[in-house]
Amino acid sequence: MKPAKLQLWLDRFGPLLGLAFVLLLFSISRPATFPTWNNFEIMLLQTAVVGTAALGMTLIIISGGVDLSVGSNIALCTVAVASLLDTGWPPLAAALGGIVVGSLCGLLIGGLITRFRLAPFIVTLGMWGAIRGLAKGLAGEQMVFAPPTWLNDLLTSLGPGQRWLLFPAGVWLTIALAAATFVLLRWTRFGRHVYAIGSNEATARLCGVRVERTKALVYVLGGGFAGVAGVLQFSYLTMGDPTTAIGAELDVIAAVVIGGGSLAGGQGSVAGSMIGALIMTFVANGCTKLGLANWVQEIVTGSIIILAVALDRVRHRRPE
Amino acid sequence: MEVAGSPRTRLTMTDISKRFGATVALDRVDFSVAPGQVHGLVGENGAGKSTLMKALSGAVRPDEGRMWIDGRLHRPESPLDGRRAGVAMIYQELSLAPHLPVEENILLGVEPLRGPFLRRREMRRRAIEAMQRLGIGHVDPSLPVRRLQPAEQQLVEVARALVVGARLLVLDEPTSSLSQSDVQKLFRMIRSLRDRGHSIVYISHFLEEVQQVCDQYTVLRDGKLVESGRVRDVTVDLLAARMVGRSLTSLYPRSQRRPAATVLELSEWTSRIVRRAHLKLRRGEVLGIAGLVGAGRTELLRGIFGLDPVREGKIRVAAFEGPADPPSRWKQGVGMVSENRKEEGLALGLSVAENLTLTKLSELGPFGLVLARRQNRRGREWIERLDIRCQGPEQPALFLSGGNQQKVALARLLYHDADVLLLDEPTRGVDIGSKAEIYRLIDRLAVGEAGKPRAILMASSYLPELLGVCDRIAVMCRGRLVETRAAADWTEHEIMLAATGSAVVS
Repeated sequence: MKPAKLQLWLDRFGPLLGLAFVLLLFSISRPATFPTWNNFEIMLLQTAVVGTAALGMTLIIISGGVDLSVGSNIALCTVAVASLLDTGWPPLAAALGGIVVGSLCGLLIGGLITRFRLAPFIVTLGMWGAIRGLAKGLAGEQMVFAPPTWLNDLLTSLGPGQRWLLFPAGVWLTIALAAATFVLLRWTRFGRHVYAIGSNEATARLCGVRVERTKALVYVLGGGFAGVAGVLQFSYLTMGDPTTAIGAELDVIAAVVIGGGSLAGGQGSVAGSMIGALIMTFVANGCTKLGLANWVQEIVTGSIIILAVALDRVRHRRPE
Repeated sequence: MEVAGSPRTRLTMTDISKRFGATVALDRVDFSVAPGQVHGLVGENGAGKSTLMKALSGAVRPDEGRMWIDGRLHRPESPLDGRRAGVAMIYQELSLAPHLPVEENILLGVEPLRGPFLRRREMRRRAIEAMQRLGIGHVDPSLPVRRLQPAEQQLVEVARALVVGARLLVLDEPTSSLSQSDVQKLFRMIRSLRDRGHSIVYISHFLEEVQQVCDQYTVLRDGKLVESGRVRDVTVDLLAARMVGRSLTSLYPRSQRRPAATVLELSEWTSRIVRRAHLKLRRGEVLGIAGLVGAGRTELLRGIFGLDPVREGKIRVAAFEGPADPPSRWKQGVGMVSENRKEEGLALGLSVAENLTLTKLSELGPFGLVLARRQNRRGREWIERLDIRCQGPEQPALFLSGGNQQKVALARLLYHDADVLLLDEPTRGVDIGSKAEIYRLIDRLAVGEAGKPRAILMASSYLPELLGVCDRIAVMCRGRLVETRAAADWTEHEIMLAATGSAVVS
């Protein structure tokens, strides 16, 4: 039973081990600037957007799908929030409006995938362009400025009087959503059905799982999380920008994959994806602190993705 | 060991041992095959058949023992070495490239070339030559392989082996997805290869087939050689007893069953394949569906369960009229076991407990919550009740043997407490010990524990099992239910006649 135990342990804590390693590495090499409270706060702020979107991507990837349109969806939502604020909506309503827009994009994606039995890769590749175009059209191909509201402060560093909050509100929002998604996946019927569909769709159908409905809902939730990420991104930029978050989908997918998600479906976890997102931020931040050029960072991040998947293969090697 | 080097044996394996960690897969096994001989290799799952054959092909390196092929020492480092030595493995799961044409599949890796270019005409000539030898000369070699019937696909695989000059063919469960008439075709092919001097190792769970087509047999049990001899000196019962190491008093138990109210009724029921079916299934009986591959057995079951669309006709399940989708069927108390365990029956990556409880997660906690503790407890319960051999409810189904996986698939129906059980090939790819347990379980369910007899509709291509287990058998032919009789009133021969559309002499 020894190897099985070890494997279980690696399964659970593999990504965490990676995070600890990265943390230790940079803390030793840059003890003065890396492991400081301020730097951690900044890194968490930088992780919030990708982390939130990664929650939705976790659901989607576990169900055996993928969403390449997340970055475009985030941009569309920043534009939507800014435009709504500009037309006089109260901040909360505008934020919710942005999330609804994101969810609607998810609904369209889920509908296309389930109704016409199209491959998620293809549908979302198409939507990757279409949603980006929609965002640009809505924004008139420029930035959308909005009156300042409390939404702008979701992702700003805490002032001296707010230390008791520990983290800015946006980070708390991500943490709360992560906890909710964890419960959803681990302890609800819906969550177990998502795993079952990703593991073997035919079995799920045989067992009476409403496969189409569940999948569609997964994409709606995915779109919703992209919407929340869009609100956070808006807060970060303090305006709507149809050209923001280009390539973010790859960071989001990478976070899930580093965290143990399998693009074949059936595997992945919220904790893993969050750790994956943190690893990427830590590496980017640490490399900057080390004074490494951007291209070095990119090579390192890319290597980590491949390494993580390679380790995963070794971990899950089937017995003969 | 003079014999070993002798050219009179094609293959000699002596004292082959192989350990995987603590388990002994093979324990000093001797095995030999003569030229022009069909040698049946039988044993339960896990008896060591495939490990022995993998040692031969080079996929596994034995810890001890030596092998000779045609008198030359055979020490394969890889499957490629095995192929070079003339060993061809033909597995249950076909290893063809489905999108490539037949000829390219046959010559894959040994394409005739002129410089860097394929010699297309030469390819076709060699492909057709091999195909004609196997009696599939009529198949268009430019057709993509996936468009062929399963039986033809299998022959394409054999053709590939012939093209590279294989002298020793290993057929692993070649008939599990073939219809009866295709099986006979395959046997004709095997005999003609044998007559031309090829040696064939034939692995099968179907002992009747071994008796029909093999000259010699070898029985393995728990990695050890139990017995080897001439097939004509042994009976099927004796072989079965050697395999399980005890005599099976009765493979097919049959208690007194009392059919009661009708719980499933079809009339004029038509789907894509099935045409105008009439059928009544009562509580407390096992109704068998026989027929050739493609006759519509599977489609009948899938249609009833709502997995395939239904065109017209009436269906009633207990008090429920009309077609329904699988979620509703489960709610109405209907459960189904798929013929395809790996691709549909089970989610192999999920745990035993998750597979078991997937249809009814609502029992595992309040408000749509699924409590892992409760799920595993229920899993453990059924593991015990059906004697499913596994490490525990949390072990992924992937690691279980075929027989135990099938028991998980059946346990799902019992956990769900389904009344009407649709079983599609419930013992396919299952070793004989587990088969016996599954037959016992079906009998117990039909009789009814705790005064609740169930209705069982069971499709199978294995006639002895239908005749042994069922109360009535309905035969399908080209989408039609041609005739239904009490099982006692059928013979295998009559079922075959009805299934092939020949006149039935009633």
